[in-house]
Amino acid sequence: MATDELREGLLATLRAELGDAVVGSHIRPGDDLWVRVTAEAWLTAGEAVKATLGCTYFDFLSAIDWLPSPFGRDMDSQEDLLVSGAEAKEPPAMTTGYAGGDTRMQVFARVSNLERHYGVTLKVDVADDDPTLPTWVPVYAGANWHEREAWEMYGITFVGHPHLVHMYLPGDFEGNPMRKDFPLLARRVKPWPGIVDVEPMPGGTDDEEDGESE
Amino acid sequence: MTAVSDHDQLAAMAAQANDARANIEFEDDGMTLNIGPQHPATHGTLRIVAKIDGEQVISAEPIAGYMHRGYEKLTEVRTYPQVTTLINRIDWLGSFANEVPFILAAEKLMDVEAPPRAQHIRTILFELSRLANISLFLGDLAIQLGGLSLGFYSFRDREFVLNQIEAVTGGRFHPNFDRIGGLKDDLPKGWIAETKVAMEKMRSFCDEADDLLFGNEIFQKRTRGIGVIPADVAKSYGLSGPNARASGIDWDLRRDNCPPGLAYDKVDWKVWTHPDGDAFARSWIRLQETREATRIVDQLLDTIPSGPIMAKVPRIIKVPEGEAWVATENPLGEMGYYIVSKGDLVPFRVKIRSASFNNVSIVPWVCRGVYVPDVISILASLYFILGDIDR
Amino acid sequence: MTHVLSSIDLAYWQSTLIKLIVAAILVPTTALILGIVFLFKVMSWMQSRKGPQEAGPRGLLQLLADGAKFVQKEDLIPDKADRFVFKTAPLVVLMSTLLLYVVLPASQHLVIEDLDVGIFYALAVSSLSVIGILMAGWASANKYSLMGALRAGGQLIAYELPMVLAVVGVVIQAGTLSLNGIVQAQANGAIFGFSALGNPFILTQFVGFFIFLAAVQAELTQTPFDMPVAESEIVGGYQVEYSGFRFLFFFLAEFATAFVFAGIAATLFLGGYWFPGVDTSSNIYWILGPAVLFTKIMAVAFLIFWVRFTYPRFREDQLQAFAWKWLIPIALVNILATGILKVVF
Repeated sequence: MATDELREGLLATLRAELGDAVVGSHIRPGDDLWVRVTAEAWLTAGEAVKATLGCTYFDFLSAIDWLPSPFGRDMDSQEDLLVSGAEAKEPPAMTTGYAGGDTRMQVFARVSNLERHYGVTLKVDVADDDPTLPTWVPVYAGANWHEREAWEMYGITFVGHPHLVHMYLPGDFEGNPMRKDFPLLARRVKPWPGIVDVEPMPGGTDDEEDGESE
Repeated sequence: MTAVSDHDQLAAMAAQANDARANIEFEDDGMTLNIGPQHPATHGTLRIVAKIDGEQVISAEPIAGYMHRGYEKLTEVRTYPQVTTLINRIDWLGSFANEVPFILAAEKLMDVEAPPRAQHIRTILFELSRLANISLFLGDLAIQLGGLSLGFYSFRDREFVLNQIEAVTGGRFHPNFDRIGGLKDDLPKGWIAETKVAMEKMRSFCDEADDLLFGNEIFQKRTRGIGVIPADVAKSYGLSGPNARASGIDWDLRRDNCPPGLAYDKVDWKVWTHPDGDAFARSWIRLQETREATRIVDQLLDTIPSGPIMAKVPRIIKVPEGEAWVATENPLGEMGYYIVSKGDLVPFRVKIRSASFNNVSIVPWVCRGVYVPDVISILASLYFILGDIDR
Repeated sequence: MTHVLSSIDLAYWQSTLIKLIVAAILVPTTALILGIVFLFKVMSWMQSRKGPQEAGPRGLLQLLADGAKFVQKEDLIPDKADRFVFKTAPLVVLMSTLLLYVVLPASQHLVIEDLDVGIFYALAVSSLSVIGILMAGWASANKYSLMGALRAGGQLIAYELPMVLAVVGVVIQAGTLSLNGIVQAQANGAIFGFSALGNPFILTQFVGFFIFLAAVQAELTQTPFDMPVAESEIVGGYQVEYSGFRFLFFFLAEFATAFVFAGIAATLFLGGYWFPGVDTSSNIYWILGPAVLFTKIMAVAFLIFWVRFTYPRFREDQLQAFAWKWLIPIALVNILATGILKVVF
């Protein structure tokens, strides 16, 4: 369980550095480390992770909307609703993932230490009524484009970003497409033909498949 | 439906004000040149707004998004096997390579391990897709710098690799072959011998590229010392793959932190780095990596274990609840998938970390003060695929 | 030709008309031949592909098909373009090419006008194309065109000098500016007393030959000097707004100029229409002359196009540095050496 020790050590270092700012964590032994920090300490956390843990490599920064989709998966199709005769089912309760979370939206970022081959996923809660976060651009220059994408897709403003404009969408686009309450427009335009998850494989009926060795 | 908060509006207004200021600043000096979106030099529809003064670039801002297909939203309504079909098309030149990190992440969450034979063949196909991708880079590099002939040779010799991929998977460009727990099918008869022939052809192509392009003085003049990226800047922008190794960063995800599910620990190969960090270094490393990939494939072809091609996974795949991140050394760089699963048939969120997104974000930094032809050299050497940037 | 025509006792305007018609036919024909052979067949062979196969037997009529296609296209002129300048620019370029054909001798009598200052006239007239290119770039009202035209202007002017200096060496050795005279000098000369092969100037002026070819490559804006028309950067440069028959003029001009410059190079350095062993004034040259010249032109053109298909392109400043820092000093040294050796020997 050596890597477990490594990550426990990293977590301890971060806690020592950031103190109360670390509000959640999760370690998958031998694999990965998740740390959740408070929004006020987001920038300090970035600096700490870069300086103290030596994670100078910037992987990505993105956001996640924990609200279960009010549309379900393929219930975007109105036909399906009619056919199944069901009312829109009560979507399940909102749950958050590793390292916990209190808000609907979270920003998560991953950084790596290339010399010692480990990485940390940092998560932070974004307040529902005031979705802003300090920008990571002073710490990791690569966060520039990632924050632009997160802003445009989720509506999270990054305070201090040098050029927060649309990344992918046209300039006058309204709305934040990656939010769960923004419908998948492709399914609105053309109804989904129906629920066909898995077709039986030709010539196979079992759950397992055996391959022939050459 | 869309709650536009005060802060959103303020941010939008601030952004517009910023834009207006920027326009006024630059209006006086220099001319705005749009390189793209329709342009032979950009690998797809990338638009670079360059403000130039004579032949020198004052600023170069890439504008991506002409090919945005909304993959991350689409994955939220597709089952895991259907997602595999989708993500083939992110980096369409090395298409099998796109599926691999996703499948490995799903396997990690399901705690399923593909049988050794499947892992082995998966690695072979991974390297073949690397060959298909980077051999086109070498040809394209020549075309963009004016030496058209090598482009034709690269397409000619790439056909051998694509034929081999097609023989196994049925598709030259979009194999859709990887499955959670293994592969869709086994190798056809005679494939191993033919692939060895294809590797020979690729090696001879690499030698030809070496002679025709890399030994050429004009090519060296056009690429040496152009677009130098120091290692710390590369890391903070998240530059990966050959671009990072060209800046001296000794990091290869096949060797370091290789996720379980690939057979790289059974192969003996060399990681190439170059200290210069200029366009020549990036091109040169890709040439060496192509040769190295042929050697890896040769070694793997000799040692394929026998056994089943698919582990025992349920017919209908439900990935248990959890989050997983897997990144692999794709032809373009580090590609990774962050899968958030709620125990459903369908992922809850898939964050696709594509290599070209970070690779191209460095263009404004690199292109300050270079000449217009150097912008082309830099773009050619950074090597991106539009589908990878835009997803 | 002047001798022949004067013996038939034609009026001046009639002989001039005949010469004009011949020249006007020569230009597209030679462009056609050069284009088909080199652009399509040799280029395809070098790039391990087949090239056009459809038009005519084995694709040999492809250029005719292309020409017909260009001619029947819509005549597009950009809205903001300067119409008069836009229309006349290709004509200026084509005209400078036509004027070059005036002095190229296919035999002692088969020349449109045997000027005493033949090569001087040729070099002077070839510079006129720069004006045409600048006109094209400016009148197109397009930033890419402007960039291409300015690059072309700088490049063409820079490479005029090495071309002229390379020719000076030949002129010193031949002792005359007339192209016919230069061929005679090569025919009647001797290599260390061995006169069977004459004295093609390529043997003594090999430096000049190389410089001349490099300069010609730049004058034709061929790779490695094709910055003005850098396809993968500014997509056509000064030609980008031209379509239909106006583009055809540029295309024709490029190949016709390649033909005539190859002809001049063959005349200056390889002996032109002269075939070793046959005296230049004999009548067989009426047929042999053009045939020999044609062969030598194909050889030189092969070199030009071979380099074109192999090398990547120079950046503009590297191109200028190559001309000013390398070609011109070497050419000057060549002149010095030629002069000294001419006096000594």
